[in-house]
Amino acid sequence: MENLPHHHVGLAPHGCGECCTRIENLGVTMDRRPILENITLHLHCGELTTLVGPNGAGKSMLLKAILGEVRHEGAIHFLPVAGHGREDAPVIGYLPQQLDFDRDSPVNVHDLFATAVSRWPVALWYSRRTRRAGLESLRYVEAGHLIDRRLGQLSGGELQRVLLALSLTPVPNLLLLDEPVSGVDVAGRELFYRTVSDLRRRFDLSILMVSHDLAGVTPVSDRIVFLNRRIVCMGRPAEVLAHPELRRTFGLDLAPPAMDRP
Amino acid sequence: MNLLHTIISRLPFEWAQYEFMRHALLAVIIVAPLFALIGTLVVNNRMAFFSDAIGHASLTGLGLGVLLGLADPFWALVGFALLLGVGILALQRFTRSTMDTVISLSMCFSLALGVVLLSHGGGFNRFSGYLIGDLLSITTREISQLLVTSLLVGAGLLLGYNRILLIGLNESLARSRGRSAWWPQMYFCAAIALVVTMNLAWVGILIINSLLVLPAAAARNVAHDARQYVLFAVGISLFSGIAGLIVSFYADTATGATIVLVAMGCFAATLGVKWWKARAG
Repeated sequence: MENLPHHHVGLAPHGCGECCTRIENLGVTMDRRPILENITLHLHCGELTTLVGPNGAGKSMLLKAILGEVRHEGAIHFLPVAGHGREDAPVIGYLPQQLDFDRDSPVNVHDLFATAVSRWPVALWYSRRTRRAGLESLRYVEAGHLIDRRLGQLSGGELQRVLLALSLTPVPNLLLLDEPVSGVDVAGRELFYRTVSDLRRRFDLSILMVSHDLAGVTPVSDRIVFLNRRIVCMGRPAEVLAHPELRRTFGLDLAPPAMDRP
Repeated sequence: MNLLHTIISRLPFEWAQYEFMRHALLAVIIVAPLFALIGTLVVNNRMAFFSDAIGHASLTGLGLGVLLGLADPFWALVGFALLLGVGILALQRFTRSTMDTVISLSMCFSLALGVVLLSHGGGFNRFSGYLIGDLLSITTREISQLLVTSLLVGAGLLLGYNRILLIGLNESLARSRGRSAWWPQMYFCAAIALVVTMNLAWVGILIINSLLVLPAAAARNVAHDARQYVLFAVGISLFSGIAGLIVSFYADTATGATIVLVAMGCFAATLGVKWWKARAG
């Protein structure tokens, strides 16, 4: 492997702190309108990076660019981690914004796992091994009891935990979470953040999470990136929260500090 | 298959004494499970309208086949249905219009083109058999062909089942797992085109889509997981096929349409069960 400079080494409180994903000069243009410009961002193992910004800032678009769903300029390099994944084909875990599906669909949590990880047609038979693997992943996120529930019967928070478990099977090099807690109640949010925070240490994962919930993510994030078509500022939560443009965008100077919310 | 044929001929019913009824029954038993299997994916992936368009496109394929002077227009039918499927998926991606608009446009185009081609030189009536279909005219040789192609398409579909189901649940999720959404969709589209074309002469363009959609839609009302979903759909499809065939014999009606009505009855019954269950607890 080539020698890569270690950026922001001081910013890695957990894990090996090595640079796992390097995004260099990334830009996305749609209908001749720039959506993202000049994004250079390095993600480290064992670190939770939170992406905040106003609506239309291009946060979800950045995740889609990393996933390879939209065409982009610039480069994205992945580094192999702990013996799995390759630079050209990394395992990326992805938790979509909202699983847009029919609530009447006769698909349960086990089926979802089976379709995603196994090729034995779920229409014919259920393999015991797939079920065991699914259960194991679900237990990481305190959702083992949900395995026989239909997707339509899950609450918002339960569904997001199930999808989180799915994104960990197999354990990814990079985990992308797109507003994972929109539409989840406060108790569900706290459980979710706690789970994500534990996971990053357990698997030495690098996580990139898009969020609107600034107050909720501040305590669990290692780094916050304030994005508005380009990176306005990034750094430790305390540094970024002091940035005037971010305070203006989130109205932090008008209301009591959001961090003090119970 | 011969064994099955012998068993059917020993049945103590009036309809079982006729050769054409025995053939039709065999065809139903071969095709009904395949229709149900495809239907579960069609309904789950919200492609009911899409498969309808593919079905109607076969009319154009027939027209092209006739124009080219092919003795057996089968491959022209499959070819055009595939072309339309690719066209719809590509057009939707390119224009980013809503799927229903794109499908509607494509369907109008292919239907109109089909009618123009077939009516050229007078006499669309020669082809009106394809609109309704005639299951009772199926021959032993055609049944064998149906069996082979059904087994092939069914096996292929089962291989891709998980991927296609996952794409139907959420395309981004499927893609993030390193699964291209384009190829399984094309593969699926090809399977629909093949099955629809294979059965056109027996079922008819107008109602073929309802045989795909109805059993799966009925199964959805009562199934709790994906395996039950397929199992119930196959059961309902077989039941409607056989019951519809026998009813059409005694009532002297078109077989395909009678089967559709029985399947519709199954849908209503499962809807009742669902409603009753929801009320009970």
